[in-house]
Amino acid sequence: MSQAITIRNLTKKYSSEDGEKTALSGVNLDIESGDIYGIIGLSGAGKSTLVRCINGLEHYDGGTLRVNGEEVAKLKPKDLRALRSNVGMIFQSFNLMPSRTVAANVELAFRGKADARTKQARVAELLELVGLTEKTDAYPNELSGGQQQRVAIARALVNRPSILLSDEATSALDPTTTKSILALLRNLHDTLGLTIVIITHQMAVIKQICNKVAVIDHGTIVEKGDVFDIFANPKAALTKAFVATTSNLDKVHDLLDEHSPLVEPQPGQVLLRMNYIAKEVSEALVSHISREFSIDVNIIFADIDIVEDAPLGGLVVMLKGDSQKANDALVYLKERNIGIEVIDRA
Amino acid sequence: MLNLLNQWFPNVMSRLPEFFDAFVQTIIMVTVAGLISFVLALILGVAVTITKPGGLHPNKIVFNVIDKLINLFRSIPFIILAASLVPVTRFIMGTAIGTKGALFPLVIGITPFFARQIQSALAGIDSGLIEAAQAMGMGLPEIIWRVYLREAIPSIIRVSVITLVSLIDMTAVVGVVGGGGLGDFAIRYGYQRYMMDVTIATIIVLVLLVGLVELIGRLLVEITEP
Repeated sequence: MSQAITIRNLTKKYSSEDGEKTALSGVNLDIESGDIYGIIGLSGAGKSTLVRCINGLEHYDGGTLRVNGEEVAKLKPKDLRALRSNVGMIFQSFNLMPSRTVAANVELAFRGKADARTKQARVAELLELVGLTEKTDAYPNELSGGQQQRVAIARALVNRPSILLSDEATSALDPTTTKSILALLRNLHDTLGLTIVIITHQMAVIKQICNKVAVIDHGTIVEKGDVFDIFANPKAALTKAFVATTSNLDKVHDLLDEHSPLVEPQPGQVLLRMNYIAKEVSEALVSHISREFSIDVNIIFADIDIVEDAPLGGLVVMLKGDSQKANDALVYLKERNIGIEVIDRA
Repeated sequence: MLNLLNQWFPNVMSRLPEFFDAFVQTIIMVTVAGLISFVLALILGVAVTITKPGGLHPNKIVFNVIDKLINLFRSIPFIILAASLVPVTRFIMGTAIGTKGALFPLVIGITPFFARQIQSALAGIDSGLIEAAQAMGMGLPEIIWRVYLREAIPSIIRVSVITLVSLIDMTAVVGVVGGGGLGDFAIRYGYQRYMMDVTIATIIVLVLLVGLVELIGRLLVEITEP
């Protein structure tokens, strides 16, 4: 795979009233063609600044940033505009022109010369792609948020870009609409071979669509890698906090604090948390240990999702049976690459 | 009807052609000065918007010069400005009196106000739209034309109505310093010769004129607003 975006040691400072503020420091990222790369962080972490450096809406002070091999900071204004037509962008607030119809909004993005019929055909094609053909002559204020974002996506694709930047594009949308917009982006990625960079503060967005993720905090990347690995083995505290937002397994700690009888092990019982930490797991683990080691497995919590075609998540279970056999079961699970955490045992 | 008018507005009815001429002069002054200052105000308003710190093309010198000039001219009361401009008016227009002589001070008087109004109309454009236009690869002229001016059309109409009403007011003032028009007519007969009916007739015509401008403006806003 070729490199779409290469970022080395990127630094950006803001001068504000109370002195200089570092927006980005020492950022390194490699985004390959065909990636759906998520960049997640809390607000003010610098993720929007970072994505704006990619298409030159913001300048950077140090380091290098290459898009398709070209250093963005060194581009002449004309070449920068050419780059921007090869890098589509969508926004949290959609940013459609209110005085123009849906079709006119899409057409507005045309760069270069094309006759009216070519343009019209392209606009129609794009509106069909995003499923809004019947809204061609509507105005933005007549559309729902999700529909407006679809128009913005069509607009971003007019010049057949190879890269699409998405700046919190689903943050203003409800969960169902978010899902459908992400599904559309995934579909466009698959059919058009788009490289997509997604800025978000929602880990669920990363989980649903991205294959790689970088976690950014105070202008630095604290952790990055394959989405599955990051979810399975988060290392930085911020990453752990983000991952926890997508799972209900941590509720077990609340129940422990409340001394709920549900999680109070009786003699011979083990309260156990099992995490899927490797992609290869596909066996029927629970019924297997139950049968082989003759122990009862009572599932208290379960949260399993499919990420990159592999199960991700885990279970909180109460094991009941012979303590030697229970230990054998734990060894067996460890050998199967299951993360084991004995929370409590009696 | 005619009897009634003769009875209530005797001094106006006896000077009907002159009254009508004054009305036409006012219309000409408002239209010509309005059109010229509209173009100038658009240029200045756009220039200030683009060159201000944080604008699309920041330029401290251009911004400060225009900004301070606008403030300077806005702080001079129009009647004093018009009087002080007489030599310049005579040099540029060839005369300082009549409709022709009134146009120059009117343009100088209204343009700074108009430019500020345009500037505020452009400031109402969501910065996200500008960012989206940049992200599309639009250049500066295209952003000015296709986003700033185009998307601000309803606001521009709204501020133009406000400005036009101020301009009608100003045309009455230039009457005092030698310009023609309804203001001049009202001052000469109504004020200086105590013909109250002339003053009242002028007020009625001006109120109707302002009402008409506002009505047309409202209709235009309704048509252009999505």
